[in-house]
Amino acid sequence: MPHLPHRLEVENASIGYGAKIVLRDISFQVPNGARVAVVGPNGAGKSTLFKALVGLLPLHSGRILIHGLPLGHHQDCVAYVPQREEVDWRFPVTVRDVVMMGRYGNRGWFRRASSADQAAVERALAQMGIGGLASQSISDLSGGQQQRVFLARALAQEPHIVLMDEPFSGVDVAAQGAALDLLDDLHEHGVTAVISTHDLNVASSRFDYVLLLNRRLVAFGTPGEIMRQQHLTSAYGDSLVVLENGTVLVDECCPPGKEQGDVAQAVHRHD
Amino acid sequence: MNLLLEPLSYAFMQRGMLAAVMVGILCAVIGTYVVLRGMAFFGDALAHAVLPGIAVAYLLGGDILLGALVAAICVALAIGFLSRQGAVKEDTAIGIMFAAALSLGVALISTVKTYAVDLTHILFGNVLGVSTFDLWLIGIIGLGILLTVALLYRPFLVVSFDPVLAATLRLPAELLRNVLLVLIALTVVVSLQTVGVGLVSALLITPPATASLLTRRLFPMMLLSAAIGALSGIVGLYISFYANIVSGSAIVLTATMIFLLVFLFNPRQGFLRRHAAEATPA
Repeated sequence: MPHLPHRLEVENASIGYGAKIVLRDISFQVPNGARVAVVGPNGAGKSTLFKALVGLLPLHSGRILIHGLPLGHHQDCVAYVPQREEVDWRFPVTVRDVVMMGRYGNRGWFRRASSADQAAVERALAQMGIGGLASQSISDLSGGQQQRVFLARALAQEPHIVLMDEPFSGVDVAAQGAALDLLDDLHEHGVTAVISTHDLNVASSRFDYVLLLNRRLVAFGTPGEIMRQQHLTSAYGDSLVVLENGTVLVDECCPPGKEQGDVAQAVHRHD
Repeated sequence: MNLLLEPLSYAFMQRGMLAAVMVGILCAVIGTYVVLRGMAFFGDALAHAVLPGIAVAYLLGGDILLGALVAAICVALAIGFLSRQGAVKEDTAIGIMFAAALSLGVALISTVKTYAVDLTHILFGNVLGVSTFDLWLIGIIGLGILLTVALLYRPFLVVSFDPVLAATLRLPAELLRNVLLVLIALTVVVSLQTVGVGLVSALLITPPATASLLTRRLFPMMLLSAAIGALSGIVGLYISFYANIVSGSAIVLTATMIFLLVFLFNPRQGFLRRHAAEATPA
């Protein structure tokens, strides 16, 4: 692995909104086709990292390289699977229309859909198990089906890197299964997947690397290296509970609003 | 039959009919984006904001449509500029520009004593006063707007539905938004003569809203919306002719009536249908 060129490199990146920096001095390198789980408490900056990776947020400092080139040099190679709440599901488009949007970048905006485009869309629909819904209006879908529409669209983009924001939370079992199947399939095709999740179990069992975030990079490595109490305590602070048999629990059911900042400060003091 | 043909024997009615149909279609197509993107307030504001442009053109003895056009584009771009990067919320920016332009317009107009009649026409339209030159202007600008919409159909679709996808596909979202604002401004201006400043936003919103109840895809929604817009123009003008009421009001009330009928009786999700379903549980 170390001999292959890195597909995604983040070097000393600081990211935030306006003058407010959310993530400070992040550096990591993701090799070809790796599956990376991004974990951390609420407000750790997971979504912020994703927004920077797709070029939605400018960097305060540092840089992000894809195939050794800065963001923006590769038009179509990053696909982003947003959280479902980010779009208006009453918009008058069908499932197939949405998946076809994934092809616009590839084929230019003014050409007709080629048979290759059609085939890629049908393949993506079938793979996500929503071929039967293709002509349905998106307003008729369940939450899990909406999630699978986004996954199918990312697939139709034929990307080199897929970013998914919390694809396992708040959806039904079928949609979770679809997301996990997609993860394995992407891995087989050498596609890099960076996925944020609250599910530490999934993170340690289904991913090659875990990226632990809390306003900064707490740790990055294989699940075996990362899933240790010291790292997790460093990321989650007091909301981490370790049971006698070694089971680790993260208590995030009702995080008080102010505690986020306190946790982050506690982490800094430990440094 | 004679009832329908008789009004058309007047040349001014022929021109009015043509103008009403063209404006109906144009507003309905552009209005689809206005409705989907939740820009109803913007459309209304823009219509009022052309007032100072009209006033200045009138005071200087220039072309009123040209004055309105310049004012509309200035205001559209000013709103885009104020709300870009979220410095000020868009509806706040619109509120500021809307009120400022309207005040300026009224202030300028109030300096002229004999302006009352023309002001009524500007506010509520005078479709029967449409000249052949106006028809050409509506036709040419309208054609340009429709061609732009056709050309930018996919970018507008993506940027309206999923701005994040638009960004990952490197679409120039800011530019597209400004193009759309200018298209709305142009539509408002060429519609002024027909329905007036006060009523143009109704033509932008009511036909697309009606179409959205009947179809679930963007392109059919545009076509249906255009058909409803054109129909409202024709029916409204006949009503205006026979009932002797202001043409703009007649057109807008016709569009509203169609909306209400669809809202109540639409087989897909009509109000009555839903109520009947609730009354008889499965």
